[in-house]
Amino acid sequence: MSLWEAIRSALSAIGANALRSALTMLGIIIGVAAVIAMVAIGSGARERVTGQIKSLGANLAIIQSGNVTQGGVRLGAGASSTLTDEDARAVLAEVENVTAAAPVIVTRAQAVYAGTNWSTQITATDLDFFTAREWGVAEGRLFEPEELRRGEIVAVIGQTVAKNLFGEQDPLDQMFRIRNVPFKVIGVMAPKGQSALGQDQDDVIFVPLDTGRRRIIGRNYARDRSVQTIMVKFASEDAIAPGIADTTALLRQRHRLPEDQDDDFIVRNLTEIANTATAAATTLSWLLAAVAAVSLLVGGIGIMNIMLVSVTERTREIGLRLAVGARQRDVLAQFLIEATTLATIGGAVGIALGVGAALTIARIANWPSVISIETILIAVGVSGMIGVFFGFYPARQAARLDPIEALRRE
Amino acid sequence: MALIEVHELSRIYSLDSGSVIALDRVSLEIEAGDLVAVMGPSGSGKSTFMNLIGCLDRPTGGHYRLDGVAVETLSSDGLAELRNRKLGFVFQQFNLLPRVDACANVELPMVYAGRDRKIRREKALAALGRVGLAERAHHRPMQLSGGQQQRVAIARALVNEPRLLLADEPTGALDSRTALEILALFQDLNHEGVTVVIVTHDAEVARHARRVIRFRDGHILSDQRQEPADARAALTALDHAPPAAEVAA
Ligand SMILES: Nc1ncnc2c1ncn2[C@@H]1O[C@H](COP(=O)(O)OP(=O)(O)OP(=O)(O)O)[C@@H](O)[C@H]1O
Ligand SMILES: [Mg+2]
Repeated sequence: MSLWEAIRSALSAIGANALRSALTMLGIIIGVAAVIAMVAIGSGARERVTGQIKSLGANLAIIQSGNVTQGGVRLGAGASSTLTDEDARAVLAEVENVTAAAPVIVTRAQAVYAGTNWSTQITATDLDFFTAREWGVAEGRLFEPEELRRGEIVAVIGQTVAKNLFGEQDPLDQMFRIRNVPFKVIGVMAPKGQSALGQDQDDVIFVPLDTGRRRIIGRNYARDRSVQTIMVKFASEDAIAPGIADTTALLRQRHRLPEDQDDDFIVRNLTEIANTATAAATTLSWLLAAVAAVSLLVGGIGIMNIMLVSVTERTREIGLRLAVGARQRDVLAQFLIEATTLATIGGAVGIALGVGAALTIARIANWPSVISIETILIAVGVSGMIGVFFGFYPARQAARLDPIEALRRE
Repeated sequence: MALIEVHELSRIYSLDSGSVIALDRVSLEIEAGDLVAVMGPSGSGKSTFMNLIGCLDRPTGGHYRLDGVAVETLSSDGLAELRNRKLGFVFQQFNLLPRVDACANVELPMVYAGRDRKIRREKALAALGRVGLAERAHHRPMQLSGGQQQRVAIARALVNEPRLLLADEPTGALDSRTALEILALFQDLNHEGVTVVIVTHDAEVARHARRVIRFRDGHILSDQRQEPADARAALTALDHAPPAAEVAA
């Protein structure tokens, strides 16, 4: 009997008990669908996290001012401005393996252009910021060093701002206002997408650090050199930890902190946070896959159960087959093929459902949908193997039947 | 050399409650081309004997040669092959596969003989024609009468051209006329050279055999040759007999 014939006869046996077969397959269907959906969701989540980390830029640390103790009360990060742009310059100059140190001040303000207005984030910084974030313009240019030094009233805008403020128009060289100060658009940033916190990173306007201080926040440059954060980029991942230690020492020295006093700043290692997030996402995806695998196992046991029932019901048929010349291995093969066919059909339906579910969830959650051919092939292979594995015991029971006893059974 | 040579053949069933000697050191020979009826009361060991010579069961003692082959030396695969090539079985309960049609049922022994589909189909249709069921080839067992089902089973037993046809109570589930048709079929096959062994406790059936072996308590009680009754002639007579009422008048 050719394999194809064997499969056809298995299909007819499965079809003879259509409802029962369908219910049996349901376990495998749910199992396979769950595995595919869960793996897709898990790797989608992980991909998103890694994507966000990439969009942030590699090997970053952020120094936040604050954490000052005043009369025994510890104030939180950002509670006071203890960092300055000179600190940033000192970090870049004195700490080893620092490739960029960008002083940053962030505020929110309304941008106005010809009757349109748009509330957005204003980031005042220098060119190191763009190096650190590995982020460039799509159109126009970044600030010239001269513009930064003189605090000229120019701006580089994010894609979202460009769209909302200028619509279809080309924003380059257009003038718009922030707090009544007219800014000239010199560049439009390349799109960046959502941040790890779901923030739209393209909803931003960059201005030179001093311009931001004087024109938007309204501080006096001569007296106030403070910034909210300093973004530091290191040459490599290995350089981050020693670099952070050196930076901390340097800043303590610059801030003249006595031994017994806490830091008046906080250094956050973004790579570490990112790695933790990636690890969490990986753990999550394994967990999901494990849960799904359990349901696949339950599906396999369902197949085994129904095959045992089927062997019992068809004992006389088996006896007859043995009487007319079937060898044990023919009977074994027959029931194995039946179990495998059952499992494979269930697997195929499960794949369809799983892919559908993965795509739907990815769309709703706005995740990249990661359905690899490998996952599908593995799912097919696994469901086939479940058929063989869980079908083996019942099939062997069938093959070992004594022909006479089998024929005599009612 | 006889087709079947049985020497001191025993079959003892061991049960928790003791052992049952179903067959007790039976020796006999059956020549190729014979038509044998095995008779005896219930429990006398007829089916046990039949299962042993049909290679479905293994004896607990004695020797059995089928067509010169010492059966006890064979593995279970060897026995399966022997059943497939040399033996055909007909059962009281027909034992047809319910889900497939008559033709597919008849093909079954050829499936395990490894014949390809086209040849299987041809031979199955020929065998069904041989038992007079050519038009029913694509009916399922459920759609056939008892006699027709038994004829499908006979076609199945014949299809691999066996040396020996074994029938255990083949007419047990049939009315007397249908039984006669089945017996006529066996006689025809026997005339063509097939050795037939029929187990029955119906003396009317046994009348159609050339040789009658009677069992009792696992022993052979008697072994006689006889002039067989002609089933085909009896059928013809039945068809031309005047209605019972006229005979009475
Ligand atoms: N599987 C078995 N286990 C135990 N004892 C058995 C088994 N099969 C048959 N026997 C016993 O062996 C003896 C012979 O049984 P067998 O079936 O050969 O009788 P039989 O002549 O075919 O009877 P019947 O005409 O009723 O079919 C009986 O006493 C029976 O109880
Ligand atoms: Mg019997």
